[in-house]
Amino acid sequence: MTITLSIFIPFIAAIFVPLLYKRLQSRKIGWFVLLVPLTLFAILASFIPSIAKGETYTHTLRWIDSAGIHFTTYLDGLSLIFSLLITGVGTLVILYSIYYLSERESLGRFYVYLLLFMGAMLGVVFSDNLMVLYVFWELTSISSFLLIAFWYHRKKSRYGAQKSMLITVSGGFAMLAGFIMLHTMTGSYSIREIVASIGLYTDEPLFLISMLLVLVGAFTKSAQFPFHIWLPDAMEAPTPVSAYLHSATMVKAGIYLVARFTPIFGGEMTWFYLVSSVGVFTLFWGSFNAVKQTDLKALLAYSTISQLGLVMSLFGLGSAALNEGHSANSVFYAQATFAALFHLINHSTFKGALFMVVGIVDHELGTRDIRRLGGLMSFMPVTFTIALIGSFSMAGLPPFNGFLSKEMFFESLVNARNLELFDVGTLGTLFLVVAWLASVLTFVYSMIIVFQTFLGKFQPDRIEKPSREASFGMLIAPSILAIFVVGIFFFPNIIGDYLLRPAMTAIYPTLAGVGSLMPRIVPWHGFTNPALWMTVGVVVLGIILYWSFRHWRGIYTLAPLKWNLDSIFNANLVLLEKGSSYFTRLYMKGYLKDYLVYIFTFFIVVVGGAIFLTGSYSFDFSNDAPITMNEYLIVLAMAVAGISILFAKSRMTATILNGVLGYSIAFFFVVFRAPDLALTQAIVETVTTALFLLCFYFLPEWKKERSPVRTKVVNGLIAFSVGSIVTVLALAVQGNKMFESISVYFEDAYRLAGGTNIVNTILGDFRAFDTMLEVVVLFIAGIGVFTLIKLKVRKEERDVEDQ
Amino acid sequence: METLITILVGFLVMIAVYLLLSRNLIRVILGTAVLSHAAHLLLMTMGGLKKGSAPLLGEDAESYTDALPQALILTAIVISFAVTAFLLVLAYRTYKKTGTDNLQQLRGFEDE
Repeated sequence: MTITLSIFIPFIAAIFVPLLYKRLQSRKIGWFVLLVPLTLFAILASFIPSIAKGETYTHTLRWIDSAGIHFTTYLDGLSLIFSLLITGVGTLVILYSIYYLSERESLGRFYVYLLLFMGAMLGVVFSDNLMVLYVFWELTSISSFLLIAFWYHRKKSRYGAQKSMLITVSGGFAMLAGFIMLHTMTGSYSIREIVASIGLYTDEPLFLISMLLVLVGAFTKSAQFPFHIWLPDAMEAPTPVSAYLHSATMVKAGIYLVARFTPIFGGEMTWFYLVSSVGVFTLFWGSFNAVKQTDLKALLAYSTISQLGLVMSLFGLGSAALNEGHSANSVFYAQATFAALFHLINHSTFKGALFMVVGIVDHELGTRDIRRLGGLMSFMPVTFTIALIGSFSMAGLPPFNGFLSKEMFFESLVNARNLELFDVGTLGTLFLVVAWLASVLTFVYSMIIVFQTFLGKFQPDRIEKPSREASFGMLIAPSILAIFVVGIFFFPNIIGDYLLRPAMTAIYPTLAGVGSLMPRIVPWHGFTNPALWMTVGVVVLGIILYWSFRHWRGIYTLAPLKWNLDSIFNANLVLLEKGSSYFTRLYMKGYLKDYLVYIFTFFIVVVGGAIFLTGSYSFDFSNDAPITMNEYLIVLAMAVAGISILFAKSRMTATILNGVLGYSIAFFFVVFRAPDLALTQAIVETVTTALFLLCFYFLPEWKKERSPVRTKVVNGLIAFSVGSIVTVLALAVQGNKMFESISVYFEDAYRLAGGTNIVNTILGDFRAFDTMLEVVVLFIAGIGVFTLIKLKVRKEERDVEDQ
Repeated sequence: METLITILVGFLVMIAVYLLLSRNLIRVILGTAVLSHAAHLLLMTMGGLKKGSAPLLGEDAESYTDALPQALILTAIVISFAVTAFLLVLAYRTYKKTGTDNLQQLRGFEDE
């Protein structure tokens, strides 16, 4: 129950923000918002001991029974880690944003979006029902879109927002399709139920497809190659947003999805290869591109892509454990997943801190271009220290938490080479080499952040603002993260025991009983450990590459690298826009005639086709009433009058001919025993004709239609077909009366309604509401007529004034 | 009788459609007027023609014609009158504003 409530608290708070913001009108609003994640963090943290004991919590609000969709929340080790990250980093980011954003910004809007995002994100990690998860998933995309476009007057912000929206939402659609397939196979939307029963369905043809679709969703969200291109453009968002959404939480939703679905799809060869190879390649590609960036934030964006790839690949490697069954080996491979979860937490701490540092530099100096920065250490000592801690942790150096998880990453890769499963063999070695190279590059860009920004020569002439250390408030949040970075290194097993162990149980429910599922995290493995020597290699080669950077940076200008995914995306976007507008113009022409042609053609094809296909053109003339001579004459007169309208030379003739039709109908009403109708028709026809004539006073005489013969023939054909189909349809209906008439009921009018004129009683009593609404329609038409005439008068007056 | 009227209805519909497809605004409005005539006749025919006397209970007849279509048509006549009136004023306004009653020339700008 608490968990369900905790999803809604941010949404409820978001409602109050605009109200409070009107009263407060200052940055005080931030302090109110800060309470929300802080409270949630405290509540969630109180679950840690019981979750560590192996308990889980579920709560269900029944919602759509017929579709099996319920609002079910589920708290286990895995969702606990993510929810703590969301609320914890959320607290720090909001604290930071209070000092970062100026009071002139529309802070109310900002915090509403942020709370919206927080609630959606909690919804994603707590939802047990796939459909509910999907809704929250898309809600994170939408709130991310709003936050990236927060400075909507900038073209780049809008572009970045649109790009991220397009990519992540398309991925979301794919994921939705995957979810529906899972439901089709297993008959359930509940993740836990699917996990329990998926073993029966692995041979279904849909199984593989649904896996691929779910992965597309995860990869787009977590910015995995080739979907990573949206993340660097998303950096147009305010820095607190980048720190929160695009490094610590939202991009990890994809990771969460992979972790959550490991018990479902893990152990399959496709899953193993796809997740780990995409992860490793993203790791390399991200770090390779990060090195060349000159914008600190872009550099961090690529480094985030790369680190996400690292975590992803570890989940891929770890999934192998599920294929091995309950053997000791399986536990061995599960360590990769353990490393993944550990690095996930570590990455949030050091990357969050680094983003905040970059934000501080940008805020204080007005630039984050490393070519213009340098020597900031002397007057920004605190910021420098935090940057140093963050970067060294990212580079994988002791004594920071990044070292621990990176060592475990190397170990997992070394282990993966020995994997007998899936014919890994040489591919395992390839993984190892690529990942190692990527780590070297990671080391290089980590050094760039520290040394090119904070050391070197200070260039005051290239910086617009006077340089000074950031305000105290701005430094609190990154300092806390930096303390975590160091603290986790010295006491890693607190995290391990209380957070990672229950999460491992959640990912490997079948292995839960195996005691050695939990490795101890130790910084020192002895000299024989290959991971240690890999780290040493990283440092040595990294330093060499860092110093010689200007000699090999030409590699980035090589032709194939210029031709990148971004340009493909942009070209496709332009093509799509042009194509759709071309296609729309093809039929939305703006001519009334064309639209009518579509309508009539549709009528001919569908109704005519239906009559033809069902063969319902059987007629029955036996019930026809006899016809007298003068009725024949009137029908003939109407036919002649009708056809003459088409050829009338003047509009006056046409109107009078229309009048002939109307009066003839009035005559028919007399013949057909409908006195009320005859009277009404006669009056209305008179007024209508008068109205036409009145209007002619203002309108020009009509010119002869000079349409080409072809158009006339086509129009004639359409008109003829519509007329014939109407006739055939009406005759068919008359010939096949399928239901008894209900009119007999109304013949009891005197008893039921106290009237002797049946038509009147229907209008005034039986269907009085219809009549009232008819009067309303008349009223509306009257207002319309009145306004249209009135509007014109005023307009003319103004025209006179203008002159 | 029913068959004859139904054919007449089809004929009127044909004329109405042809008028609707023309370029002149007045002709389009005339088209709607003719179309509503056709619709009224069609409704009438559907209820069966000349079977019994007028639906007035005082007549003391053995049977009455179907009153329901009559009620419907009565509503329809009034509504179609409202529509015609509105369209005419719209045409008048359009002409005042744009100086043309030719629908081909009334098309807006290339974009939006």
